[in-house]
Amino acid sequence: MRKIDPEVITTSVARLVKEANYFLGEDMVRALKRASEEEESPVGKEIFNQIIENAKIAAEEEVPICQDTGVVVVFLEVGNEVYIKGDIYQAVNAGVRRGYREGYLRKSMVKSPINRVNTGDNTPAVIHTKIVSGEKLKIIVAPKGGGSENMSIVRMLKPSDGIEGIKEFVLKTIREAGANPCPPIIVGIGLGGTLEKAALLAKEALLRPLDDSNPDPEVARLEDELLEEINKLGIGPQGLGGIKTALAVKIETFPCHIASLPVAINLNCHVARHKEVII
Amino acid sequence: MELKTPLRDEDILKLKAGDRVNLSGIVFTARDAAHARLVDLIEKDEKLPIPLQGQVIYYVGPAPAKPGEIIGSAGPTTSYRMDPFTPVLLKHGLKGMIGKGARSKEVREAIKRYGAVYFAAVGGAAALISRSIKRVELVAYPDLGPEAIRKLEVESFPLIVINDVYGNDLYEEGVARYRK
Repeated sequence: MRKIDPEVITTSVARLVKEANYFLGEDMVRALKRASEEEESPVGKEIFNQIIENAKIAAEEEVPICQDTGVVVVFLEVGNEVYIKGDIYQAVNAGVRRGYREGYLRKSMVKSPINRVNTGDNTPAVIHTKIVSGEKLKIIVAPKGGGSENMSIVRMLKPSDGIEGIKEFVLKTIREAGANPCPPIIVGIGLGGTLEKAALLAKEALLRPLDDSNPDPEVARLEDELLEEINKLGIGPQGLGGIKTALAVKIETFPCHIASLPVAINLNCHVARHKEVII
Repeated sequence: MELKTPLRDEDILKLKAGDRVNLSGIVFTARDAAHARLVDLIEKDEKLPIPLQGQVIYYVGPAPAKPGEIIGSAGPTTSYRMDPFTPVLLKHGLKGMIGKGARSKEVREAIKRYGAVYFAAVGGAAALISRSIKRVELVAYPDLGPEAIRKLEVESFPLIVINDVYGNDLYEEGVARYRK
């Protein structure tokens, strides 16, 4: 057994929430620059320039890229040979509390969806835990903004709806979302599993590097086709018209019931943030 | 185009969907919770903590200011959540709104009826936008934290006109132009 001090977890989370909010990933910056060259709309091009300039300012001054520093979604991969003395979830939340205070990040969490009183420290995080083999602990921190999360959706399609039904649902969701999720967006899609499994797959899809493809050629083809069709919708940067509505489509799949075709769509704004550490 | 707050009727008449505007002067911040409180006061016929006549509301919940700064990153939030509250504010003299994303039919009609304008700022360009903010004063509802109402003095805040008094909508026009 390898012993990990909960303070190490807290310190790591505090650092990761700040880094995720200040420093846009290099793959995102590359994708924004490429899309800015390809965009046909002059207003769209200018918006790309502002977004790229904004990311530069945020990184240089160590201020949040977006004022919505999000709900903190945390993925933990805990090795089965790791021993943590104390409560791992408390350690993560202590890191969120510390990072949001020290980093001058906005506190966006309310205690209850009914009473809506701010918790004041951006806790609790939404934490997903996986047990894996080995003696390491992987922590992925992915702050998620409200604007794009609000435009996300899960629907239980019929198996007979097939690929065409999936495409129609994705295109309808993105068309109706318009400018709201802050395009250019990243589209995470979960296919299969159950209601909650599909939603989780969609969120996990958003963690993939922007320039990769699903290893399954059939799924990779669907990613490419959807990206092309989404960019024909004309929504463009900030919904003002253009050919760059989405920068990437990422699909994750899981086996499902003979009666079901769960489809989850998790949209991410252009401030697609995630940072990770392996302890 | 340079524009100053408070907005006058002749300013509103000049603005067309698609116009690029650099806005200077006072704007008030308010989002979901503050809107609910303002409309509640109007319904009870009580005094509002901010003036509405000719004013502009910016839908924003800024990040906290770092030491030595006056405000943190401060980009727009999505506007449709304020739609249920907006027509009554326009009826009471509000002239401009800054946010992102399309408005409801009711809001677009109220913009025409009461002579107002809806601007978009670039969502997510929050660090860049905060450079246009020169002064900040907390004016109401400190209990709401980032959602409190603040009085901002802005200088050359870059905006795009989305909905003008003539019923035009830049989102509809822009998307139609590039749909394939």
